[in-house]
Amino acid sequence: MSIPAFGDSLITYLIIAALLFGIGFYGLVNRRTLIGMLIAGELILAGASINFMAFNRFLAPDPTVGQIFTLFIMGIAAAEAAIALSIIIAVYRNYRSIDAEDVAELNG
Amino acid sequence: MVPLFSAEGLSSLIFIVIVMTTVLGAVIATHSERLIRAVTGLAICFIGVAGLYYYLNSPFVALMEMLIYVGAVCVTIVFAVMLADPNPQGEAGKGSIFAGPLSFALGITLFWGLSALAGKTPWIQPAARINDGSLEEVGTALLSKFSMVFELISIVLLLAIIGALVLARQGRTRAGEES
Repeated sequence: MSIPAFGDSLITYLIIAALLFGIGFYGLVNRRTLIGMLIAGELILAGASINFMAFNRFLAPDPTVGQIFTLFIMGIAAAEAAIALSIIIAVYRNYRSIDAEDVAELNG
Repeated sequence: MVPLFSAEGLSSLIFIVIVMTTVLGAVIATHSERLIRAVTGLAICFIGVAGLYYYLNSPFVALMEMLIYVGAVCVTIVFAVMLADPNPQGEAGKGSIFAGPLSFALGITLFWGLSALAGKTPWIQPAARINDGSLEEVGTALLSKFSMVFELISIVLLLAIIGALVLARQGRTRAGEES
């Protein structure tokens, strides 16, 4: 019995990252609640991070740059999640809903 | 192809399991009706992503992924779901019927396009590595070459903490209103 060694090729990671990006984009367009859209956005960021790490492992002359970039993506994503969730709580305070369709006071 | 019952074969098997975990978690995160299950799917997906980072020779980044995403971001989202999800019976019955198929087509198109681009591009291997990408090298680069970015991100995180406090400190009820 034999098994293909997928873990050693760049293209595998790029396809996984593209799949995560596609699923995240689908969720971002399809979801109707603000928290669901935030979750899909986190998936998109995870896809981008996997791309950075894959290029860092296989193609970069300096293999620390991709790791540091991924760490900064994590920091920015944590800040973004905290801000977005407090905005969602403020929206819930004023509208009693987290559906993106209900927050339409400025809709002309 | 490597034989299954060897170190490389078992490692490849675990890699396939990790990829399955990632994709399954992402599908749960976008498809479940209840938001709390979507958060659980997101946590499963991030555990898989941490495994992928481990296979990419970066155990430190894998550990940080578990710590920050699974440990902090998912728990924060769970708190927001508890604070602001009044009717958890799902989100069916609203909106256009074209939203689902249209977003599915968009996602498939993006996935296909990015995969085709990744397959067609001739990636150029580096001539030499200037270091081995170990944790010592990452720490040295973080505090020498990237020290400005390191300081800037601490300011960003401080502003995020203060902004989150300012936005959410009044709670989820308006003034003068019973919960």
